[in-house]
Amino acid sequence: MSLLNTMPEFTVTTKIDEMLNWTRKSSLWYMLFGLACCAIEMMQTGGPRSDLDRFGAVPRATPRQSDLMIIAGTLTLKMALRTKVLYDQMPDPKYVISMGSCSNCGGLFQLAYSVCDGVDKVIPVDVYVPGCPPRPESLTEGLLKLQEKMMQEKWLVRRGEDESVAAQA
Amino acid sequence: MSLGGYDVEVQRPGGLATEEMTLNMGPQHPSTHGVLRFIVKADGEVMREAIPDVGYLHRSIEKIAEKVGYHGFMPYTDRVDYVAAMPCNQGWGMVCEKLAGIEVPRRAEYCRVIAVELNRIASHLLSVGSMGMDIGAYTPFTHALREREYINDLLEELCGARLTFNYMRIGGVAWDLPPDWVPKAVAFLDRFEPLIDEYNALISYNKIYVERLANVAVISAAEAIDYNLVGPNLRGSGVKYDVRKDMPYSVYPEFEFDVPIGTGEVGTVGDCFDRYIVRIREMNQSCRILRQALAGVPEGPVLTKVPRKFKPPVGDAYIRLESARGDMGWYCVSDGSEYPYRVKIRTGSFTATSIIDKVSRGVMLADLIAIVASFDLVAPEIDR
Amino acid sequence: MDAAAIFERLQARFGDAVVTFDSGGEPAVRVNPSAIFQVCEYLKTDPALGFDCLSNQSGVDYPKRNDIEVVYHLYSYRVRHACVLKVSVARDNPTMPSVWRVWKTAIWQEREIFDLLGVVFEGHPDLRRILLPEDWVGHPLRKDFVEPTEYHGISTKRESML
Repeated sequence: MSLLNTMPEFTVTTKIDEMLNWTRKSSLWYMLFGLACCAIEMMQTGGPRSDLDRFGAVPRATPRQSDLMIIAGTLTLKMALRTKVLYDQMPDPKYVISMGSCSNCGGLFQLAYSVCDGVDKVIPVDVYVPGCPPRPESLTEGLLKLQEKMMQEKWLVRRGEDESVAAQA
Repeated sequence: MSLGGYDVEVQRPGGLATEEMTLNMGPQHPSTHGVLRFIVKADGEVMREAIPDVGYLHRSIEKIAEKVGYHGFMPYTDRVDYVAAMPCNQGWGMVCEKLAGIEVPRRAEYCRVIAVELNRIASHLLSVGSMGMDIGAYTPFTHALREREYINDLLEELCGARLTFNYMRIGGVAWDLPPDWVPKAVAFLDRFEPLIDEYNALISYNKIYVERLANVAVISAAEAIDYNLVGPNLRGSGVKYDVRKDMPYSVYPEFEFDVPIGTGEVGTVGDCFDRYIVRIREMNQSCRILRQALAGVPEGPVLTKVPRKFKPPVGDAYIRLESARGDMGWYCVSDGSEYPYRVKIRTGSFTATSIIDKVSRGVMLADLIAIVASFDLVAPEIDR
Repeated sequence: MDAAAIFERLQARFGDAVVTFDSGGEPAVRVNPSAIFQVCEYLKTDPALGFDCLSNQSGVDYPKRNDIEVVYHLYSYRVRHACVLKVSVARDNPTMPSVWRVWKTAIWQEREIFDLLGVVFEGHPDLRRILLPEDWVGHPLRKDFVEPTEYHGISTKRESML
């Protein structure tokens, strides 16, 4: 690479897995999926003060271009079926942050007849952010936790092969 | 032919059949203000129909009221309209106080007015900002959110939450104004008021903005009343009606303020621009009310003693108040027990959504977003 | 005009068989369900009454009395006064005329009452469920509504984590 030729002292040693993970975690595009109250806090998190863009997370309008789905708000039964469809449209690898008590477990609306108590009944969740609604700082923390999780992933594994086998090899 | 203010020539080449196309917009759509779905029938770029399909955020708040009791329902009222939660708090407080005949201390009324007006500015800021974003300008959104954060800070100091406040109680408010809070609020107003002119300079009279909004979805005054539009949407159509002025409640009669209405300054009375500009002007009026209220907060208690087991007498009560989205009605039926027998919340967004089907006929597809944004819809307020 | 004066006008026009005065709670005018459309039309068109806006329409279920009460909160922007109408329909066959021809806003408000309480409004142009999914069973704001245990394979009860 030409970069290394111009700066002979500048070398980086890393594992390929880590480099891949680092590039991926630094451009987490999240889908605008505001359902309820938490959507306002999500907007404020993307807004000027919290600026989620610092961590490479920018909003996308369509699931086809997103890596991350932030479920921000109460998931009703009517919406739950659509959420599954949207999740299925996202390309792999994909992640889900469940933001707020409602999408974690139903929260205040566990008493309701029309609310799905927890988004994990419909799609798998990576990070749960508690709060009603969580502050922008909490959502940022949730995103950082997700990035930590992403750094643990292994990619140089043959399909069907167990991860531990790959680690030994 | 003239369609919704546009002179559109619908080309039908001889022998070539064109047909209507049915499109689905939402419920997940970046600019539908929450989960709101439209089934759009389009003939090319011209909409024939846009049928709203709501209910994707129906959280059964009215049924929950029957299970949690009068005091316990207060946090849920925040979630009826999370963009402007204070007026909802006040509405529930007011309807319960009317049922039981409770007098609210004057200081509490002042606290309520201050909190509600701050919240109204915050709500209008979000509406103005997202309106810009919906029709293609991202910068106004960041400007609006920047100021909104300062209001959130003030309200957080007041009640501990940024969005869902749970500040008011039946018979008053939960906490007194913190020490040194009033000067901070005044300082915010000093900074904020010049910024309204900045918004006007940046977006309101921007040529593209005016072109996108003027003459789109014109609603006449009679039509607005027939469809029961309220608040800024009604005033945009030129009806000078504000619950704070015309059916006064709380301590609003003590303050001087004007009721801005749409005048059709760049187009026709009742178009999207009028609904938008009414909100900008209302922020000015809210600042006026706030200055008067902050200067005259009386001494005294902020909460009347209300029994923990609150049992209002048998009967029903209906109150109306001016929330950020207009005339909000709270209807509560009591059967004398600890739990409300029935609560019905009449919201501005619900009726505003019902007129979309009518006004969207014949306008351009891209204008649907401008129409939705101009009504300032909030999904849970539609669905509750 | 206050509620009593409005009632007197209605009484003079329609007679006691159609309208009665209800002073329990907020003063209201009780209207016979079959005449609701005529009463509403009169309330809107009479120049002294001039109720040009149906500001709120809601339903209350009373299983003990075996009826559902539909409540109309009217407001006149022209005359600046308000009035309340109450209509009781039988709970097992809740059918009454729609007033959408008087006020367009009733189209959606009646749809909501149909959805949540199951009152059927005759002559309504588009009486479908509005808030709940089309395939939902039951009317949740009725007092005897039982929450379904699952909806399309999603269970509606949250198991305790502890």
